[in-house]
This record gives sequence, structure tokens and C-alpha cells, in this order.
Amino acid sequence: MNWNSASEFFAMGGYGAYVWGAYVVTAACMAIEPVTVALRHRRARRALRGERAER
Amino acid sequence: MDVVNTRWRFFRYASPAAFYPLAGRLVPWFAAVAAVLALAGLYLGMLRAPTDATQGDAYRIIFIHVPAAWMSMVLYVVMAFWAAIGWAFNARLASVVARAIAPTGAMFTFLALWTGALWGKPTWGTWWVWDARLTSELILLFLYGGYLALVSAIDDVRRADRAGALLAIVGSVNVPIIYFSVIWWNTLHQGASVSVAAAPKMAAIMLQSMLLMTLSFWAYAFAVVFVRARAIALERDNRSAWAAEAVGRARTRTQTQTQARTQTGAGT
Repeated sequence: MNWNSASEFFAMGGYGAYVWGAYVVTAACMAIEPVTVALRHRRARRALRGERAER
Repeated sequence: MDVVNTRWRFFRYASPAAFYPLAGRLVPWFAAVAAVLALAGLYLGMLRAPTDATQGDAYRIIFIHVPAAWMSMVLYVVMAFWAAIGWAFNARLASVVARAIAPTGAMFTFLALWTGALWGKPTWGTWWVWDARLTSELILLFLYGGYLALVSAIDDVRRADRAGALLAIVGSVNVPIIYFSVIWWNTLHQGASVSVAAAPKMAAIMLQSMLLMTLSFWAYAFAVVFVRARAIALERDNRSAWAAEAVGRARTRTQTQTQARTQTGAGT
């Protein structure tokens, strides 16, 4: 383990804002995209079944 | 006989009816692999890998920056390839896959630029420079954007596929420019992190983390692209029998037909 404490880990040797800024945006994009494609797939299936498509 | 059999197998998954269920079965596996590899890669990169002697902990951005940048280029080449196949052989599913790749490729291009800016500020002292590597990667983002705008602007689906294919093929000249920019020009951006021809320039644990994250991003891209391709295939073939069957409407439709026939019979 490279870190002695959690606060040291989050500080990232003073580069916390840069490192976490990169990781948070990447994680957000890679969390949102699967949801949007799943919703698109669900809309396509519902439209085919003749159900009222949500939006 | 053998040849026919092989050909049949080869082209089998070119049919949306065969692709749809296969892709659906593969998606959970790709998603699981992506999650496991990401956890392993982040554990090594964020918790175990030592602090860099010159860059401090800012270097840890590499574990997402390099995989995102690789994916942005690989996905573009794969998109252009399937777009070309879809155009040359009039293969509808190939064009669907090309369209399904574009948004994910654009996302990884954005992430490569975003993480690069956040890495550039502490190490170079600037968010952005107009050097060859950064500029050609920005052009890649515009190419993805141009492809997406073009195909959505043309109503005729197959016409849009062909126009998009042309743009994707012409734009693919940019990919080797991005890759070799650090050799061809004197860029602020550093040279290649990993080379097949030379010994790794970084510690083994850092390299392992970066490769795990790259494989994770690959698996993620497969999962997301397959789901999007399934959605597009259903949207396009919404009057076909396979699509109705795929969403489990086949029985309901026969029931409706039987009901209709019974009602007509009762009427006369």
C-alpha cells in the first residue's frame, strides 16, 4: 500500500483536484452512457410491442 | 458442401436476427469483465503503485488517460472499417455497428482531452497547447461529431450510412497522424508510453495497471456498443418478423390474427 491514511490518499500529494477531476468525470461518463443506451434499447422494445413509448 | 457450410457460418451473424440475441447474451459478460478489470487496475494504480519521482501523484491520471486515448483511435478505425463494409457490401448490420460505435468513440476522445488537460496543467503548466498531438486528437473529436451530425441530418437511413461511411473513411487519415505526431513533430506531449519494439519505460506495476484499465475500457466499449447496436437494429427493422419475435411479440400477434379471424367469422 502506497498510502498511510485516507486523507493522504485523497490529497494525492497536492494534486487531488487534478487527479480526482480526471477520475470523477471519466467515471460519470462511463456510468451515464450505459444507462442512456439501456433506455434507448428499452424504448425500441416498447415501441415494437406497441406500448406507449416514454417520450 | 464444406465451403457452403463455412460461408453460411461466416455470414450468419451479418443478419440482425442472429446478431440480436447473440449480442444480448454477450453484453453481461463484457460488463462483468469491464468491472472486474477496472477494480484490479484501479487497485494497482491508485493504491499500490508508488508516487512518481518527478511528477508526484499527478501521473496517476495516466491510468485513464492513455486507455481513453487508445480507445478513441481504435474505435475510430473500427467504426470506419464497419462503415466501409456496410457501404461496399450493402451489409446493413455493419452500418448499424458503425453508427453504434460513434458516440462511444466520441466520449473516449473527450475523456482523453479532458484528462490530458488536467494532467497538462500540473506538469506542463498549461491546460492546452496547439501542439500536433493535442490538435490532431481535437480533430478526431470533430470527426466523430461530424459523422454523428451527418448521419442524423439525412432522413434516408441507407443514404445516411453511405455518406457517413465516406466521411469516416476519409477522416481515418487522421488516426496515423495522431499516433505518429509525437515522432514527426517536436511536440510538448511526450512520446509513446508503450512500444512493442522497446523495453517498457515505466515500472511494471504502473504498466500492469494501465493495461488492465485498457482491457477494461475495451470490454466496456463492447458492452455499450452491443446494446446500442441492438437498439438501432430494432428501431430500423421495426416492421420485421425477427424484431417482433425478439421482443416476444410473436405470440401476441398470432393471437390478434386469430381473434380478428374469429371476429370476421362471427360477423358473417
